[in-house]
Amino acid sequence: MTTTATATAPVPVPEATALYDIPGPRTRRRHLIYGVLSTALIVALVGWILYLLFDTDQFTATKWTPFEYKGIQELLLRGLGNTLKAFAIAAVLSLALGGLLATGRLSEHRAVRWVATLVVEFFRAMPVLVMIFFVFVALKVQPLPALVAGLTLYNGSVLAEVFRSGVNSVERGQREAAYALGMRKTQVMSYVLVPQAVRAMLPAIISQLVVALKDTSLGYLITYEEFLHAGKLIASNLDYDLPFIPVVMVISPIYIGMCMLLSWFAYWVSKRQRRSPKTEAVDVAPAEPGTLLPGGGPPRAPGP
Amino acid sequence: MDVLTDNFSTFGDGFLGTLELTVYASLLALALGFVMASFRVAPVGSFRVFGTVWVAVLRNTPLTLLFFAVLLGLPRFGLVLPFKVFAVLALGCYTSAFVCEALRSGINTVPKGQGEAARSLGMTFGQTLSNVVLPQAFRSVISPVGSTLIALAKNSAIAGAFSVTELLGTYKTLNELGYSIIWTFVWIALGYLIITLAISAVFNILEKRWGVAR
Amino acid sequence: MLRTTRLFAALVLTALATAACGKEGSPPTKGPAAGKLPKYQVAEGFELPRSGTWRKAKSRGRFVVGAKEDQPYLGEKDPASGRYSGFDIEIAKMVSASLGLDPGKISFKTVASANRETALQNGQIDFYVGTYTINDLRKKLVGFAGPYYMAGQGLLVRHDEDDIKGPRDLDGKRVCSAAGSTPYQRIKEDYPKATLVAYDTYSVCVDNLLTYQVDAVTTDDAILIGYAAKVPDELKLVGKPFSEEPYGIGVPRGDNALRFAVDDALAAREKNGDWKKAYEATLGLSGVPAPKPPAIDRYPAS
Repeated sequence: MTTTATATAPVPVPEATALYDIPGPRTRRRHLIYGVLSTALIVALVGWILYLLFDTDQFTATKWTPFEYKGIQELLLRGLGNTLKAFAIAAVLSLALGGLLATGRLSEHRAVRWVATLVVEFFRAMPVLVMIFFVFVALKVQPLPALVAGLTLYNGSVLAEVFRSGVNSVERGQREAAYALGMRKTQVMSYVLVPQAVRAMLPAIISQLVVALKDTSLGYLITYEEFLHAGKLIASNLDYDLPFIPVVMVISPIYIGMCMLLSWFAYWVSKRQRRSPKTEAVDVAPAEPGTLLPGGGPPRAPGP
Repeated sequence: MDVLTDNFSTFGDGFLGTLELTVYASLLALALGFVMASFRVAPVGSFRVFGTVWVAVLRNTPLTLLFFAVLLGLPRFGLVLPFKVFAVLALGCYTSAFVCEALRSGINTVPKGQGEAARSLGMTFGQTLSNVVLPQAFRSVISPVGSTLIALAKNSAIAGAFSVTELLGTYKTLNELGYSIIWTFVWIALGYLIITLAISAVFNILEKRWGVAR
Repeated sequence: MLRTTRLFAALVLTALATAACGKEGSPPTKGPAAGKLPKYQVAEGFELPRSGTWRKAKSRGRFVVGAKEDQPYLGEKDPASGRYSGFDIEIAKMVSASLGLDPGKISFKTVASANRETALQNGQIDFYVGTYTINDLRKKLVGFAGPYYMAGQGLLVRHDEDDIKGPRDLDGKRVCSAAGSTPYQRIKEDYPKATLVAYDTYSVCVDNLLTYQVDAVTTDDAILIGYAAKVPDELKLVGKPFSEEPYGIGVPRGDNALRFAVDDALAAREKNGDWKKAYEATLGLSGVPAPKPPAIDRYPAS
């Protein structure tokens, strides 16, 4: 009996952790019961949500037929295109600004360092949305540039910290050796430290770009015609019986899918870089949007 | 300067609104995050799957989309609650995924040898957890959880754009009244700085007292 | 993580694949279709060399007009075709015709309320027609032709509602409006016994009204008439408007030549009956008869 129980266990039994040992046969049986019960509970929950969806007429033809029409599909695709456009521009500009600010923070001149630190700390402490609204409302800028400006200032500042901690996390010996060879600071930076830092920080950089991609949806709030805006235009139409839930069901898998794809890419890069001999002298940052969520601090690069 | 003195009550309402949102959503995020973290380290497979899916989906959802789905979608289910409650729900659930990851990596920092040593001394699961694992895990999660909550306070600005009374939303009223928009934003920015600095101060104190030197 | 990612990638691909094949045309709409829209005679040989905006539009061959996109029978954009329709849109067309440019060629652009002034100042649009209330503060930033319609705060109720005849009857009733808007504030201050419900969008308020979750919706009557026109059998407007919101056509501030020309155009269209025809083809579908157009305010150039 016990052998069949383990053979059908839905997920491989974990290794021992600090919390518990490898479970024995009786515990496993108990876990199986818990597993079945909780699965039943989750299935019931999903069933209840489905019931609610049907009960509130979310699957009626009026609400779903609009999606069959070319015009609506094109509207959504145009929105998606605008989302990706804002993301691409913001990503490139953020990387550039991040590089610039990191250079400033690593400068030998105190004034430059001081200004760069002030800029980085200020924009990291401000909600992105406040900056976007400031540019949009107070400076009276068009939606797209306002969105890009807000995203760039915020993500650029965070990326500056990522770059800086990357450079600082390269083994001290490397820098010392380079100086000992008579290289100037610029040379040490561009030939020795930055290449290794960027490799090591690549997963963290990509994770930060996920944040930028997610935040493009803030453009919706300043009437930038992006994906969510297209969805809202369909959802708030009385003719289609206000298909808010169908719209959410259509657009959220696409949004979440795009972000997951990018997150997964960061994870893959992180795994690859960790094996690469080119990052031996520096610890690769984990692909953790957890430390990088909008507004969170930059990742702490493990010290040398 | 007039902007602040003339509209002290508007700013005050906004500030309190943001504060209220932050506090309630933080409590929700911490509680849910704790539940999800315990799911993710649970020995039962289906718990782990549920926790993993929760985190993977919410971490990759744009918060604006979540607000859109909760504030405008849930009422379609006949669930009509004040916008503020919806906003707390959306913010709390979103942040719980990040809190969960912070807690989980905290638990993972405790070497498994410690648990094995505790068990070989004859400690029960409860004792191992409360005397050995959690105290150490707690110390290493203070700072990541702190930055998560700071992010939450900043993200609460999105609620304002969805017509919940909070700090950023005050600009609409003052703009209508014709006050200097630049100064309005200066005071709004200051309000957010006060809140985020306060949170980080609290967590710095916690970290000083209990944090581990890394 | 990896497995879920693949699943989502597959979903995205399916979505894109299905997007490649769709039905032509627009999804079916509710309510009466906009009636026969009037044709506007394009003025031959019209010249307005003193207006920079007009010269620019002339050389381009069409006007670029700012409008709203979410107000049925007033300024609404069909999500499928991207076409704009409604009373405000008709006003823009008749003005364009009177200024000698083909109304069929106008390119409409959705401009959010917050950026109307900037869009005019930067020349992104030639003029703006979209429930734009004339007031002194805005007159410092843009020029106003018109007013072409006198709106006022009104109440929209279900057809079978007999208790509510005006704002005085709102005590204890649930009233819906857009959060933070001027109509919302007015109810809050003047009729504190009403229970206010606020949503982001008026269409959600109207839906709540139809499903008996609220008892009335309040905002500018023009907007409400538009919604009533969607479902004239179920909704009606009650009472007299309890505020005055003159809707004007926003033009760039310095361009007085254009402003006076638009005033002339409106006056002529009101006189020859085009204004009334436009109203009847759009907002008139609600059953609310065409009002008398308000007197045009030709305030002097400053």
